[in-house]
Amino acid sequence: MKKWLIPVIIIAVIVLGFYKWGVGFNNTAVTLNENVGEAWGNVQTSYQRRNDLIGNLVKTVQGAADFERSTLTDVIEARAKATSTTINPENITPEQLQQFNEAQGGLSSALSRLLVSVERYPDLKSNQNFLKLQDELTSTENTIQTARVRYNETIKPYNNHVKTFPNSLLAGLFNFDAKPYFDAEAGAEKPVDVDFDFK
Amino acid sequence: MLFCFSQLVTAQFNIPDKPEFQTSVYDYINLLSSTEKSALENKLVKYSDTTSTQIVVAIIATTKGENIGLLAPKWAQEWGVGQAKEDNGVFILLAKDDRKIWISPGYGVEHKLTAGIVGEITRNVIIPEFKTGSFYSGLDKGADAIFQLLMGEYQGSRQNTTTTNIPIEKIIFMIFIFIIFVIAISKNKRGGGGGGNGNNRRPTSILDAIILSNMGRGSYGGGFGSSSGGGSFGGGGGFGGGFGGGGFSGGGAGGSW
Repeated sequence: MKKWLIPVIIIAVIVLGFYKWGVGFNNTAVTLNENVGEAWGNVQTSYQRRNDLIGNLVKTVQGAADFERSTLTDVIEARAKATSTTINPENITPEQLQQFNEAQGGLSSALSRLLVSVERYPDLKSNQNFLKLQDELTSTENTIQTARVRYNETIKPYNNHVKTFPNSLLAGLFNFDAKPYFDAEAGAEKPVDVDFDFK
Repeated sequence: MLFCFSQLVTAQFNIPDKPEFQTSVYDYINLLSSTEKSALENKLVKYSDTTSTQIVVAIIATTKGENIGLLAPKWAQEWGVGQAKEDNGVFILLAKDDRKIWISPGYGVEHKLTAGIVGEITRNVIIPEFKTGSFYSGLDKGADAIFQLLMGEYQGSRQNTTTTNIPIEKIIFMIFIFIIFVIAISKNKRGGGGGGNGNNRRPTSILDAIILSNMGRGSYGGGFGSSSGGGSFGGGGGFGGGFGGGGFSGGGAGGSW
């Protein structure tokens, strides 16, 4: 009797240890994942805000009678594309993020082209509504930038948790994949190209 | 942290550590005269006393090439300007040599201080004053404009505690002391009547001493001591309770002159 009791106890202790480890790992990963989700929410909200503002901007600019059609159409199309590219924060893959980046980046560059051409319309440039929109857009670009930095900051502890050695074994088991960072130098992504000239 | 630095490769401006003494104006380059500075400081601290909304002005020479629109909210977030629950901080960063100013509202005041409105204040109220070289009146008028926009948005909790709670506490304390004092005196008299008993006199004199020393503290020191957690009295003392830990989204507006 006693002979096999000891190995059973040892095995039980080991199993319990593994169980505790697993639960601990899982709960921490869930919490960190929540933080990432929240940070991603902020990223998306700020991009959404930009989309809304661009809608207003297009309307305001259209009001300026003879504004170049092609520049406007570019912005409208890029905006439609950016709006249709959404990501579920639960499983952000590098490819998805890349797509998202490209769509939003396309919108950024279309937008900056639009704002450059506005320079040729002095009436528009001194229009109070337009000035306000410019401020809102700048502010939103900064919010986007801040949200992205903070998103990356929440990714870091999550990835560390999931990717370091003993945990990485469990990560596969529980389906916690490492998440991609926002790439600062991903060509399309120069959000503050929409840098306005305050004069 | 590491990543944060790699993200902002151009970032060379080091945000100062959160100061020990937390008040409303940080003039790192002595742009304002000392009377101007304390006038503005008192005004903003008083405003914070009544509304709990903390408006902080920081004046630096240059952002060292950093985008002021990103630096201002980052700085504000690091210091935690405004209350944690309401996120009602406003951070104003003035870079004199860059000739730029940026106003960054916390999450809780963004709906009132939208970038469009803040931009308008900057263009129409602050910048014209700066152009004439009057930094104080630009900031002062800017603050007034912000006060007006935020009117009735948040109620200060501290003003209530200082005006109502403390006096009641103090009165109770005084009555308590008074009662002990009366008892002590009457005891002392009885002791004296008994013929100056040495054993009896010593304890009462110690009691007297304690009471008297309490009286000294009780009249003012005690009042301040009990309120030091939340209380600064009408400016000069910085923000009562310091920065509350408010959050910033990164939005805001500004301009250059």
